[in-house]
Amino acid sequence: MRIQLLLFALYRDLTGVSELDVQVPDGATAGVALADLRARDARFGRLPERPVIAINREYALLDAPLADGDELALLPPVAGG
Amino acid sequence: MRTWITDEPIDVSDVLSSVGSDADGAALLFLGTVREQNEGRPVQGMRYDAYAGMAASVLSEIAGEAGERAGTDRISVVHRTGELQIGDVSVAIAVSSPHRAEAFDAARYVIEQIKLRLPVWKHEHYTDGSAEWLDGATPPAPAAESAAVPAPGTVKP
Repeated sequence: MRIQLLLFALYRDLTGVSELDVQVPDGATAGVALADLRARDARFGRLPERPVIAINREYALLDAPLADGDELALLPPVAGG
Repeated sequence: MRTWITDEPIDVSDVLSSVGSDADGAALLFLGTVREQNEGRPVQGMRYDAYAGMAASVLSEIAGEAGERAGTDRISVVHRTGELQIGDVSVAIAVSSPHRAEAFDAARYVIEQIKLRLPVWKHEHYTDGSAEWLDGATPPAPAAESAAVPAPGTVKP
């Protein structure tokens, strides 16, 4: 299945990636998808192993399952205000 | 209740005048502004990046929670993105309520929750030409799916 990966702020700078359409194993959780990406693409090795994530614009846990077409965002610690 | 994210300068009098009613004896406006130094380093300016689609819904959730706690639906919150200079307004929160305590409480709740969970990041530029992402807060983890951990006695054989 394919998902849309979004990176922000520091994570964007570390990887040089802001948005990527990626193939991940069918039925993967967010954590499995990230581990898979890390194994295939060295740029993602520069990110923390357990980043805060959002799936379809809601905070989610790394063990949450992904579905085809989901938007997975990797969020550095937030600093609004 | 009105919440939004904008890359345009914030009109603070517009934010304040969007709250208030004949039932309210208190109206409050809180502004967050860009200051000239951070931990001793002279600041030139700041860029705010946001996960715009998600930030809009988180901001609306936060205002809803504040309104519920304080018992008022007269709350407006706007957060700025893009390049800001010293003194520019990065966030404006207006609340009105029958009595002052609720308005102060709601405004305080909104700004604290923004700092904790709004998906926005600050890239600070210093007068010496360097720049860095400011350290932020780690948002609280969402509760595990209730289906994943059934309450005792609810599992059917």
